[in-house]
Amino acid sequence: MSRGLGGSVFDGLKFRKVSSPIHNLDPRMKFVYVIAIFVAAILFSAIIPLAILFVMQLPFVFLARVQRQWLRSLRGAAFLALFIFMINIASSFFTHGYTLFAADWENAGAMTMRFVVLVESFSVFFLTTSPDHLGLALEQSHVPYEFSFAFTTAVRFVPVLAEEAQTIMDAQKARGLELEKGNFMKRIRNYVPVLIPLIVSAIRRSLELAEAMESRAWGATKKRTNLYELKLHRGDYTLFGIIILILAVTIYAFFFIHVPTVRSFLGYA
Amino acid sequence: MALIEISGLTYTYPGATQPSINNVSLIVQKGEFVLVTGPSGCGKTTLCRTFNGLIPQFYQGELKGEIRVANLDAAKEPTYELARHVGLVFQNPENQLFALSVEKDVAFGLENLGYSREEMRKRVDWALGLTGITDLRDRSPHEMSGGQQQRVAIAAVLAMQPEIIVLDEPTSFLDPLSAQKIFDVIHNLNKTLGITVILVEHRLDLTARYADHIVIMDQGKVRLDGDTRSVLSKEETRLIGVGIPKATLLYELLQKEGANLPETAPLSSEELAKMLQEALNQ
Amino acid sequence: MLTIEDVHYKYSSNIEALKGVSFTVNDGEFVAIMGQNGAGKTTLVKHFNGLLKPTSGRVIVDGVETTKTSVATLARTVGFVFQNPDHQLFSETVDEEIAFALKNFGYTPDIIEKRIEWAVNLLGIVQYRKTSPFMLSGGERKRVALASVLAWDPKMLVLDEPTIGQDHQQKENLRQFIMQLQSQGKTIVIVTHDVEFVAECNPRVVLMRDGKIVADGNGKEILTNPQVLEESSIVLPQIAQVFSALNSSDLPKDVIDIYEAKKLLLKKLEVISN
Repeated sequence: MSRGLGGSVFDGLKFRKVSSPIHNLDPRMKFVYVIAIFVAAILFSAIIPLAILFVMQLPFVFLARVQRQWLRSLRGAAFLALFIFMINIASSFFTHGYTLFAADWENAGAMTMRFVVLVESFSVFFLTTSPDHLGLALEQSHVPYEFSFAFTTAVRFVPVLAEEAQTIMDAQKARGLELEKGNFMKRIRNYVPVLIPLIVSAIRRSLELAEAMESRAWGATKKRTNLYELKLHRGDYTLFGIIILILAVTIYAFFFIHVPTVRSFLGYA
Repeated sequence: MALIEISGLTYTYPGATQPSINNVSLIVQKGEFVLVTGPSGCGKTTLCRTFNGLIPQFYQGELKGEIRVANLDAAKEPTYELARHVGLVFQNPENQLFALSVEKDVAFGLENLGYSREEMRKRVDWALGLTGITDLRDRSPHEMSGGQQQRVAIAAVLAMQPEIIVLDEPTSFLDPLSAQKIFDVIHNLNKTLGITVILVEHRLDLTARYADHIVIMDQGKVRLDGDTRSVLSKEETRLIGVGIPKATLLYELLQKEGANLPETAPLSSEELAKMLQEALNQ
Repeated sequence: MLTIEDVHYKYSSNIEALKGVSFTVNDGEFVAIMGQNGAGKTTLVKHFNGLLKPTSGRVIVDGVETTKTSVATLARTVGFVFQNPDHQLFSETVDEEIAFALKNFGYTPDIIEKRIEWAVNLLGIVQYRKTSPFMLSGGERKRVALASVLAWDPKMLVLDEPTIGQDHQQKENLRQFIMQLQSQGKTIVIVTHDVEFVAECNPRVVLMRDGKIVADGNGKEILTNPQVLEESSIVLPQIAQVFSALNSSDLPKDVIDIYEAKKLLLKKLEVISN
């Protein structure tokens, strides 16, 4: 697992069960919101509007009460963000004949900010949407049932597989397997006795699951019904209003507003 | 008309050289509690899977002979049809639960069958109540013990309201107390709802007392088939290597030495104790 | 050979699985650790080969503290057979499977060959040497797993729930096998909730509940003590249940063997045997 400085990117993607108005929103509407932010982030290449997009989402983070996890995801993404910054600087450096202008720094900053904005919005989405909610949204969005079922089943088995991996590692360690020793190649080979039982077990498990599915009338009718139903509520319509607003402002700004650059404020070309 | 009628059933898995069940014949009447047991590899697991069509449809292979379940030809009828009449509960509780909440899992079969939301709600509540897990309704499968998970599996099958429930070693992974709870649930379903139960088990000390009909299999064939007490008292049963309840064994040992206890063999320690108490009081 | 001194163990989720456990296992003993699921049995035995290290307290195996050495080193002394053999099997042939641990421990090829021969003969799987373990039946895979652990001849053998999913005959074979190993001087520890199996083996019994040891002593005494068993949510063995239900003052309550039961009852029923 990639452990960034003090936090893993994955921390910011795992659902956190809390009661908040954001959690109760329809996942489909939340997803449209994420797409809207995505579109806005792509349209703007200057750092100021992107920074505005970043700040604009902060109220959502606090409303959803997921600040700590969200911060952890940002910390985890920091490494990648730095990487993006460096790549941009490096490419500008070479294309401008081994020199850097003020514009280049601002540009790299903007690209990095765009990445952060995207991580931020996806993070809030996943932190506030439980996997079954997600699965339900997929089902109701007319995604073929096989896909949403595969998704929720996979999520359901993640903790089971994690435990099993630990048990297998223990079993092999108890036979003298030392996972920490040896050079890089040796270490990879050391994982074979862990991977094979894991894979075999996964195959066996899916066979048993298939048996159970068949035994519960899987495939009986094409018109599958659902115990739950997602309904749009007032909060969802409010969010929809916000989305329309964001998109309207974005499009207007894109075409009609000349976005000032930071360097112009600082007196550079 | 018997609920299950099997005659001359022989099945060979694809690629296998020997049939797993060989010329098996069996009749199960409505409302019976049938115990199927035998040493590992005797074919009881294979037999279970013929009841709802997993064999031959899911497993392919070669099936000969006749099998009628709830008046349907189980060799030809698709599994999703047979699932309305026969519910199958498997050994590993973890691998029968797909959803992220108990409620959704119990409704799974009903969703597949296209029931309306109101009907599903009713049946889910009913099934949860019968298996004693109404308070676990919103839990996710991973937070539950094996015994609880297995009860969810039973509820999920029950919700489809089948006439027959088949359980293939449902308590293998459970400790004796959780196992006992499962057997109590099953016994209750049989007695109060009249659901026909077919239970495959090794733990006869816990289960023999519930069954009126027992089937002993060995190496793919049915060796003994009949009333539980008489079958478990037979020498042949002991020779096959079935785990006869200690109480029954002790009874047999005492009778052989001339103890003169009543004719009907006990199936549990309580029955034997009662028998002995009466004999001692004389 | 093994000493547990006031061991506490807390999982990362802050659940305290062991709350001050102390006991000793001597060379050549046969101990059954029993208790409900969640009592802490498996957590405890995982300390024996260092898979888990105590949060406080000490675990000493053959004079060495487990915190001061690696799992691989401890594994040479304490052989662990896990509940599910499929969590261990990964090789192309049974031979390679058994050789795995031996190679890890640094044995030379000629010794490895000898050990494999010995192990497969012991477990009756000679005919499967060149077979893939995945092709074998459940019972056969269990034997391969057992062979692969016994191959390096550890002083102590720990078996985690060895009777799960086994039929009557397989359990009987296992019981006889354990007794055979014990008579050869091996220290055996089994973790189980199978009362009947333990009753037939009649080992020393350590009863656990909620992370603590609530009873430790003679199997027969503990397994026929209804109060102790009820506290740990364990059912009496059937024979003991029968005797416990009979209210006769001169019949003992601590009977677990079926033949002993027969003799006592026949005498009581005043049956003249021919």
